[in-house]
Amino acid sequence: MMPEQMIRWARWARSEPWIWSWLATLGVWLATIAFTQGRGSGEVLTAALVFATFTVIVGLGQMMVVTLGPGNVDLSIPGTIALAGCAAMKLTDSENPLLLVGILAALGIGVAVGMFNYGLIRLLRIPPIIATLSTSFIVQSAAIAYGRGIRIKPAPMLADFATARILGVPVLAMVVALGSIVIGIALARSRFGRSVLAIGQNMRAARLAGIAVDRTRFATYVLSAVLASICGVVLSGFSGGAALDMGDEYLLASIAVVVIGGTSVAGGKANVPGIWGAALFMYLLVTMLNTFGASPGIRLIMTGVIIIGVILVAGGEEQ
Amino acid sequence: MCLAAFPAISLTGATKSFGAVRALERVDLVVAPGECLGLVGHNGAGKSTLMHVLAGTLAADAGELRVGATLLGRGYSPAVAYRYGIRCVFQELSLCPNLSVAENTRIFHGALKGFGWKAKARALIGAKLDEIFPGHGIAPDDEVADLSIGKRQMAEIACAFTVTDTPLRLVILDEPTSSLDASTAQQLLTFLRTEVAKGTSAILISHLLKEILKTSDRIVVMKDGKAVDARPAAQFTRDTLVAAMGTVGEHGKAEAAPGAKRSALRASQPVVIRAKPHTGGGQELLVHRGEVVGLAGLAGHGQTRMLLQLFDGGRLADTTVSEPVAFIAGDRQTDGVFPLWSIARNISIGSFATLLSGGLLNIQKEDALAQSWRDKIGIRTPDIGNPILSLSGGNQQKALFARALASLARIVLMDDPMRGVDVGTKQEVYELIRAEAEAGRTFVWYTTELDELAYCDHTYVFRNGAIVAGLGQAEATEERVLASSFHEDSAA
Repeated sequence: MMPEQMIRWARWARSEPWIWSWLATLGVWLATIAFTQGRGSGEVLTAALVFATFTVIVGLGQMMVVTLGPGNVDLSIPGTIALAGCAAMKLTDSENPLLLVGILAALGIGVAVGMFNYGLIRLLRIPPIIATLSTSFIVQSAAIAYGRGIRIKPAPMLADFATARILGVPVLAMVVALGSIVIGIALARSRFGRSVLAIGQNMRAARLAGIAVDRTRFATYVLSAVLASICGVVLSGFSGGAALDMGDEYLLASIAVVVIGGTSVAGGKANVPGIWGAALFMYLLVTMLNTFGASPGIRLIMTGVIIIGVILVAGGEEQ
Repeated sequence: MCLAAFPAISLTGATKSFGAVRALERVDLVVAPGECLGLVGHNGAGKSTLMHVLAGTLAADAGELRVGATLLGRGYSPAVAYRYGIRCVFQELSLCPNLSVAENTRIFHGALKGFGWKAKARALIGAKLDEIFPGHGIAPDDEVADLSIGKRQMAEIACAFTVTDTPLRLVILDEPTSSLDASTAQQLLTFLRTEVAKGTSAILISHLLKEILKTSDRIVVMKDGKAVDARPAAQFTRDTLVAAMGTVGEHGKAEAAPGAKRSALRASQPVVIRAKPHTGGGQELLVHRGEVVGLAGLAGHGQTRMLLQLFDGGRLADTTVSEPVAFIAGDRQTDGVFPLWSIARNISIGSFATLLSGGLLNIQKEDALAQSWRDKIGIRTPDIGNPILSLSGGNQQKALFARALASLARIVLMDDPMRGVDVGTKQEVYELIRAEAEAGRTFVWYTTELDELAYCDHTYVFRNGAIVAGLGQAEATEERVLASSFHEDSAA
């Protein structure tokens, strides 16, 4: 490439930070299929889409919260996933007609958790990291008390929806992709989205510019919890029932995809395509290390090292 | 009065700029041993900058500093200043809140070290407090955070006057009495006179002119970064001092506004704002539709809090603001600009109501709005899609004006918005404000620049959080405003 083109490209990459997570995804996928000499390349992608979808659902909520500015984070996601999943399974009791009741209950739990989180943050002035972590403990305990010993199968309709594919592409991934587009448009062009971005850049200026700061922050925490509860429902549907620990891995995953995806941890700048790229990357990375036959210990170390590497490359360009 | 051939400290040709702002311009300052020098001037005259240069916390761009006969060049710092016996009590209190008074004394005086330093520090600071403020009620082991602001100030003053291994040459007191009550202030000034009689020099800054006139030997008046007058205190009276602060220097007076027609607004137009400052009593703030109302007085005397009170007006029981408001920040970085956004987005954030169609912002309309305001207000940029930070400070400020004026707000609150804005931009904005007011918009304008009051139809002067004077357009002269800012017994 000519130097001038390279400069232009570098400038573009800087303005579009999601590109790094997609490049990393592509690299990991190519490394994997090079190792298997092309066998199973399609299956790997489909599986990645399925599992990335769950991460994307909670990642979008976490992205909105993180965009509210320094200190904002939602650590109550795992607890919400578990409680919403358990409640939905128990109330549905594997019966299609009761599915709506189960889903409404799960959404209600999401709204309640979000309200509780923001109540702690706003009324009791507890920092979000502590407030949402405490909420997670409470909600997780509720899930344990409520769902003790349950292993109820999801309603067939939910299970079918969560596992259905059209031309090899998971239906769930398509629905979540649509949802992502809606959130992307909302960020760029709705009053709510602009308010979130403005608050993340400068909360005081946002207030003085006439933005409803409290209402916006409240809505954002509720949105994140509701997305977590949706994740709990579809995850239960996908895996044949709810488990109390099924949300655990999404605590770090939701934050990692936000950071790797190019959303600014300092707030005010969100990136939807980056969430997808990062979620796919995280799944494919583990797959690649599995394919290489790495032991669990090595796998964890490599995962950490590679994530740090991607953040360094993507973040370094931004400075 | 001169005890030695050399002055205690002398500064010649001190110059200091912050960006485009000239804070100090070739200032000469000499303090003789055993002299108390009073320093007065309006906000932003450069007094504090000058003291920071003397204390070594700011380096001047040019100028020579001599202590006694010694020329102190590069590398002058607070530590060097301390060695030469120069001590400073700044307006912003600088004690560590989590430490005790004695421990703070140890931090200030490096000589208090080794075994038993704490007992030494306790004895020293205790004795000095007793000497300056008899009956002070401060124990050396009190944690600073638990002390009232007045007691903190007393502890800090005592700490500055405490002597360990270096002699005391010059003490700078920047507004030391502003947080002290009348009797402790008197104790301090009495002590200052006895200390000066022993040969120590002092520089006293105060907005209370009576204190300055009574305590100082000589008074230097500053204005616009220059020392404009210096005479023995006996040759000044309160009035000549006010006159020297206000009227010497440039005469950038505004064109006389069409006074008669505008002052009729008070009689003919309905009241849109009625509020009493939460911070103090005094008069009520009354604003009629279409007026430009100035909030004057010394900085930090409740004007910004008044604006914020009006901004929250709809939610407060005792404040009536009957039309929608917009706020124009003076402190752009903390209160105004969204640094990651383009100029267009920074402008349009005030106008969601007009730009939304079907729940989504109309991007074409958004750009058109920003474009029209760029042309109208003269924001110097080729492309409103450029980042806001690509603009100079003055043009960023114009974008903030555009944000407020493009909105549907009928009342515009301005928090000293011309801070650090160049003269050309100012003139453009003054005309814009005038035109908008003619069209029926209402402005409440906090300003620290007396010249700008000429553009106001009515001016309220603030002191200690209260409104102490309400002046019509013709009455709001510099003298009247300054007199009201400084004195209890002003015309109300």
